[in-house]
Amino acid sequence: MVFVSGALISFFWTPYNIETLAIPQRLQTPTAAHWLGTDQLGRDIVSMIMMGARTSIAVALLAVGIGIGLGVPLGLIAAARRGSMLDEAIMRGNDLIFAFPSLVIAILITAVFGAGATNAIIAIGIFNIPVFARVTRGAALSFWSRDFILAARVAGKSPARISIEHILPNIANLLIVQSTIQFSLGILAEAALSYIGLGAQPPTASWGRMLADAQTLASIAPHVALVPGLAIVFTVLGLNLMGDGLRDLLDPRIRVART
Amino acid sequence: MNKLTTMMLAGSTAMLATGAFAQNTHINVAMQLEPPNLDPTGGAAQAIDSVVYSNIFEGLTRFMSDGSVVPGLAERWDISDDGLVYTFHLRSGVTFHDGTTMDAEDVKFSLDRARAEDSTNAQKGLFANITDVTVVDPLTVQVTLSVPTGSFLFNMAWGDAVIVGPESIGDAATHPVGTGAFVFQDWVQGDHINIARNANYWGTPAVLESVTFRFISDPTAAFAAMMAEDVDVFAGFPAPENVPQFEADPRFQVLIGNTEGETILAMNNGAEPFSNRLVRKAVAHAIDRQAIIDGAMYGMGTPIGTHFAPHNPDYIDLTGLSNYDPDLARQLLAEAGYPDGFDTVMTLPPPSYARRGGEIIAAQLREVGINAEIQNQEWAQWLEVTFRGHDYGLTIVSHTEPMDIGIYANPGYYFQYDNPEFQQVMDTLNQTTDPAARSALLKQAQTIIAEDYVNGYLFELTIPTIARAGIEGLWLNQPTAAIDMTAVSWP
Amino acid sequence: MIRYMIGRVTSLCLSLVVASLVIFTVVEIVPGDPAAYMLGVNARPDTIAALRTELGLDLPTVQRYFAWISGLVQGDFGISYTYRTPVAQMVADRIAVSLPLALLALAITVAIAFPAGIYAASHRGRAGDLGVMGATQLGIAVPNFWFAMILVLIFAIKLRWVSAGGFPGWNAGVLKGLTALILPAIALALPQAAILTRVMRSSLLDMLNEDFIRTARAKGLSKRQALWRHAVRNALIPVLTIIGLQFSFLLAGGIVIEQVFFLPGMGRLIFQAISSRDLIVVESVVMLLVASVIGVNFAVDLAYAAVDPRLRTRS
Repeated sequence: MVFVSGALISFFWTPYNIETLAIPQRLQTPTAAHWLGTDQLGRDIVSMIMMGARTSIAVALLAVGIGIGLGVPLGLIAAARRGSMLDEAIMRGNDLIFAFPSLVIAILITAVFGAGATNAIIAIGIFNIPVFARVTRGAALSFWSRDFILAARVAGKSPARISIEHILPNIANLLIVQSTIQFSLGILAEAALSYIGLGAQPPTASWGRMLADAQTLASIAPHVALVPGLAIVFTVLGLNLMGDGLRDLLDPRIRVART
Repeated sequence: MNKLTTMMLAGSTAMLATGAFAQNTHINVAMQLEPPNLDPTGGAAQAIDSVVYSNIFEGLTRFMSDGSVVPGLAERWDISDDGLVYTFHLRSGVTFHDGTTMDAEDVKFSLDRARAEDSTNAQKGLFANITDVTVVDPLTVQVTLSVPTGSFLFNMAWGDAVIVGPESIGDAATHPVGTGAFVFQDWVQGDHINIARNANYWGTPAVLESVTFRFISDPTAAFAAMMAEDVDVFAGFPAPENVPQFEADPRFQVLIGNTEGETILAMNNGAEPFSNRLVRKAVAHAIDRQAIIDGAMYGMGTPIGTHFAPHNPDYIDLTGLSNYDPDLARQLLAEAGYPDGFDTVMTLPPPSYARRGGEIIAAQLREVGINAEIQNQEWAQWLEVTFRGHDYGLTIVSHTEPMDIGIYANPGYYFQYDNPEFQQVMDTLNQTTDPAARSALLKQAQTIIAEDYVNGYLFELTIPTIARAGIEGLWLNQPTAAIDMTAVSWP
Repeated sequence: MIRYMIGRVTSLCLSLVVASLVIFTVVEIVPGDPAAYMLGVNARPDTIAALRTELGLDLPTVQRYFAWISGLVQGDFGISYTYRTPVAQMVADRIAVSLPLALLALAITVAIAFPAGIYAASHRGRAGDLGVMGATQLGIAVPNFWFAMILVLIFAIKLRWVSAGGFPGWNAGVLKGLTALILPAIALALPQAAILTRVMRSSLLDMLNEDFIRTARAKGLSKRQALWRHAVRNALIPVLTIIGLQFSFLLAGGIVIEQVFFLPGMGRLIFQAISSRDLIVVESVVMLLVASVIGVNFAVDLAYAAVDPRLRTRS
């Protein structure tokens, strides 16, 4: 939560401008002026973490958006046309995406389109599609056999209308919970991509790149390497706990795929 | 007493047999990049030369660490008065590692192969002026040139010009066979290459019995491996920020050597807005060299004001032409018709000098209103898009070839500088053999490109070699990519 | 069953063909010419052309695709452009590192997850359970490359118990080889162990609610006995599925860890091959990985179908 509000505040204000470098003031330990010290280019780490939170959240959020936007309709279609060639094709397609080593594909995508936040979103988003498709299909199937759906069918509603009007609202809770999980995984994935230099590019701040930049400094100025790592850990931890809480709150019985 | 000492010594030797023995005759050398293959005549990767130059393969002439060119497989040579015919007298009794004799036929084979139509030599230009190679007798070979080439002996010292045997060259990529003081042993791809002392070497044999080259690309891993003493030498240590820690540690010695790498902020002279000299001048004044050297290289690097190595006697310091002055830069931009600055693209190849330097330069350019969008490119991409495709505004790269100011005479080169005056100077230089006249021309050439602000001249790359204390005989400077182990020893 | 088999085999082949097309297309459109990369900045255009001819890169794309595929079918993975060695040999060398690493990581994962999961399940809701679950949350949240960095700092540089990385090769002795793999395996295993512990726990808790466990309890077995005799065995089915997934992840997903510990594994082979545009290596290795995952899935599906006929009509 702290990081989310940090990210929100960063739109209006950060303690220091991270686009301005102050190399003589680099690698300072925490002081009153710089609460968490400065990094290797003399930038304020608090400001960097705030801006980095923005990047992480934006990338993970949009990647989840891709997953929901494409995965949920595919899952609904597959469930509505259960057992058909279409269902088979969608599910096989899912398996196929799962079969690809995700990081390798991310590297190839950035090799084709260049490194950057947008391509990180696409690379992470692609692997969210089968997750949502699978969860949606599984949950939707269990509703297709329920009485109220049968009633709707008898009333002559088309499968598309049933999917949208009756099934979607019923599986929404599940999707929200799955989203929080994919969101936290997205933050980890963004960090990993940025760490190997494939995520957001400077001057955009990114936790993964902060870690990569700081790793050789770990033995000189440990705080520079420690802070972004802890930021990732706490954010993901917070999101996962939030996901668990949501699940308990919304429906303690639902099952969520954690892959 | 004497007997006792002998016994004690014998005992301790036996006890330490594996440890001490191995330590005194074996060295683990780490380098950042793994060579893609081991044929120096078929690829441009510097890592190939790092492993094989002088250790495994030798040429007619060779570089020493200070950059001088000395006899290699050619013991001596005569040059005809018109400078067109070089007669090389080869050393006798030289054999390749496979036992075959190295003679004039091999020299002819190697040179003809490198300049052939279907040659895949990455530096084919070195052989461009050769018109004929004739075997006079088994130890004498005559090379005829089309025009006098002052740099011919220098060219023949490159790793791309080594002498190879027709019997063994086919497998050189994976099993190099040369004439050097070390013999190739084995290569575990992705991890290490072993070489061992050549018992039949024609010259002074190597002190070490064996050397292992290991490949550690990650800077953190490099630091960890060195600190954990897993490796004894790290040639070209990738993280300058860690160098002070090694300097402070009595277990290590740090050698900071010169390279031939002029690191420049290249500007696309062939396209707007950098075709405008005022814009280029503005960029040159907008960048703060010292901040880049401190920020990206942690102080390692010598500022340069032109495209020339500062350790070269003909170098002139022209940094004053492009001192850091953001106000002047803004004023120049306004004069050039860009009062509000402009947007451009800065492509960055993988080395850390480029990635780190780029981040700092982009921030400095923002201060004067130039918004340079950073695009990281892998080497393959950089070569295609930036270097050959000329699709860029700014880029950072270190030109590591020795004496390469001639690239400014080629209007098709990636920064697309086209100045007949400069080209004239270079033409004259190539046909001049008088040292004083050559020196004057080189200085004139340096001044022209500095005053034209062709590129932003940043710094001369230095190469830190970290070694365990006491190891001797390592190269300090890098006139060419090489980790010459032939004279290296433990104390 | 026969009809089901035919259907499954057809879809398997179709998947492989689609995968090969996707891989080939993506790799082909990656900008950057292998020959230009190998020859560097001073290469002349005619030299690059000569090398392209030598490597067979001047042939039409379609022809190269079929040459590649027909080679693959015959077990010929091609010859690396840059290393000039057969890709099969390179893959074999790298698997000799990646497979033991993945197995070791898996062993550590299981060694942590089984006891922790069982402990948590049998102490449900109590402090021990909460402690374990808190630890797993942390385990999932820690980026493994960061954890690896910290491991190296502590165990290789400060304590110097193990070397900082690298792989001496199995020739240097099995023990030395394993020692080199231990830190990377721990770094890889931690998040996986956290995930598996949670799966183990929830799977056990589900079992404890099942009728047969209640019956067993009713027959006078203590909770502990019921857990060990019946629940653990039955809970293994979902756990094994997850382990299977994790294994394929561990085999290919260790790129970053291999980088941190400079291990000559599969991940780094692909990484290097991509950056040097050694296209044939990228294509063949990625295809191999994808094919192995698809193959394993296929085998699992068949096994399930053999056991449970209902699954033959996909549910």
